[in-house]
Parts: sequence; structure tokens; C-alpha cells
Amino acid sequence: MSTYSPRYAGTVTKYIFVESPSMTPSDLAIRAYEISQGVMIKETCFGLQVTGKEDEVNRIIDSLRALDPTHIFVKDRGFPPGDPRRCRANLGGARPGYFGHEFEIGLIRRISKGLEALPSRSPEAAPHPPAPTSVKRLDASRLQEIIDSQES
Amino acid sequence: MAKVFLYPTTSLILSDLVARFGHTPLSAALQIRERIQTPGLESPPLQITPEGPKKGLRWAAVEVPSGVRGRMSLYGPMIEDAEAAIIINNADYSFGCMGCARTNELINFLIRKKNIPLLDLEYPSNDEEGVEFVAAIKRFLDGLSGEVA
Repeated sequence: MSTYSPRYAGTVTKYIFVESPSMTPSDLAIRAYEISQGVMIKETCFGLQVTGKEDEVNRIIDSLRALDPTHIFVKDRGFPPGDPRRCRANLGGARPGYFGHEFEIGLIRRISKGLEALPSRSPEAAPHPPAPTSVKRLDASRLQEIIDSQES
Repeated sequence: MAKVFLYPTTSLILSDLVARFGHTPLSAALQIRERIQTPGLESPPLQITPEGPKKGLRWAAVEVPSGVRGRMSLYGPMIEDAEAAIIINNADYSFGCMGCARTNELINFLIRKKNIPLLDLEYPSNDEEGVEFVAAIKRFLDGLSGEVA
């Protein structure tokens, strides 16, 4: 085992996803470059990755989110961009974690609809979200009965 | 501002909504970042060292496979810190090897046993459900502000 020295220690990396009819990742990147000071910005197919000191990253994210609040989504990332342990340039194939993003981006327009509808919704109106379906499983005691009946 | 545990722990939607409505999302990325940014011995890809499964003993017994205990060294501290939780059930992408599956079961068990405010959901399958999904999360998180403040 060799010694490990982290790159970009003391920084945070955040993903900014844009799924908007009026804004592309490159629009977002240009706006981010305009207001950034001392952070690393990487444009991707889905949006941006911003790496830097937490306060500065949060300031940029707040400004960018204001451009299209219901269509811009933000999430923390553990690795910095281009990390050889995660970057697909080194690994080949999709980056681990990509499939989760791909799945959620596929239904994020429904979340955008929800965010758009929120201000016009009465605070007293009780929400009825999609509830987990309860599929009845085989009871352990019933399984034991089946086993006993086969053995006897 | 409450610390809200997310499940799936990598969920973009939950992470965004919790932060957007003024709370702190506890997602897997925070734990990964802590390990990635700590100097020590090289242990790619996630910098999980043999210390991980030892720390995991706090949440899983010694006879539980080390893969589960190693994963619990990531998620266990977040479960302990959590003041509330939002769980999306039956997420298509939240699957993996047996280690992932058993860890997911243990996470769900520990969160439910903790007796903290909990919101159980499914992913929305149409626009109407999306509206209700967001409204339910907003109401849940607004309720936390009242309880925690």
C-alpha cells in the first residue's frame, strides 16, 4: 500500500443538473464562468460540476438556480471531476453512479411540474403522494406449515 | 434546519428537494468525500480501508459479512446523525450485489427503529403524482422546522 495524498483537499464538489426547455448546459456554464472566482467548473452533458471552497460553490449555485429554479437540480458529489478512480476516461463505460442519475433525470420533469404547482397550491390541501405498495409476502409460520405437511 | 437521511442515499431528487426546502440532506457523497479527502494509505476506489468493517461492528454483528459492515461504516454515522428520514421504496436503480441488498435492508431496519419522523414514498409515475410527491416532501420538511426549532 502506498501513501495517499488527496487532491483538492478542503473543497466540495457539486453537480448541477439542468433539464429545461429554455436552458442548456452550455448556457449554464457561460453564466457560471461569468460569476465564478477561484472555482473549477466542468461542463458535462447534463449540466455542470463545480469544485471549490464551500461558500463560493454555494454562492454560484444560488445564482445559477435563480435562472430557472424549477428546472435546475443540485446534488453533492464525493469525488472531484476527472478523478482517475471514477472518471470514465480511465475506466471505460459509464461512470459508476451514472445509472442512478439517468433513472432520476428520466422522471425529473414530474418534479419540475410539482415545483411549479407548489405556489398555487393551498397550504391546507393534504398531499396524496404515491404510497409504497404492500405486496403480501409468505408468512414464516405458513412456510413452516407447508414444510411440515410435506415431511409428514 | 434538520439533518434528513435520504434513501436511496445517492438520490438526486431527494438531495435537491431537502436542500431546496432549507434542511441538510445526509447523502452518501458526504461520507465518500470525507474519505477521499483524508490523507492515509492508498485504497482505491473509495478509500475504504480495513478499518471500515471494524467501525461497522457498531451497527452489524461480527458474523455479518465484512462487505455489509464496510458499507455500514459509511451509512451508520449518517443514520445516527439523522433527525428525520425520507425513504423512496422500490427504486429501480437501488440494487446491487448481496452486500448492497443486505446493507439496504439493514439501513431500512435501523431507520425505522430509530423512531424519527419518516416519510415513505414511491417515485412518481406521472405528472399528477409528481405534484403530490413534491407537496408531500414540502409538507413533511415544513413540519420538521416546527419540531426542531
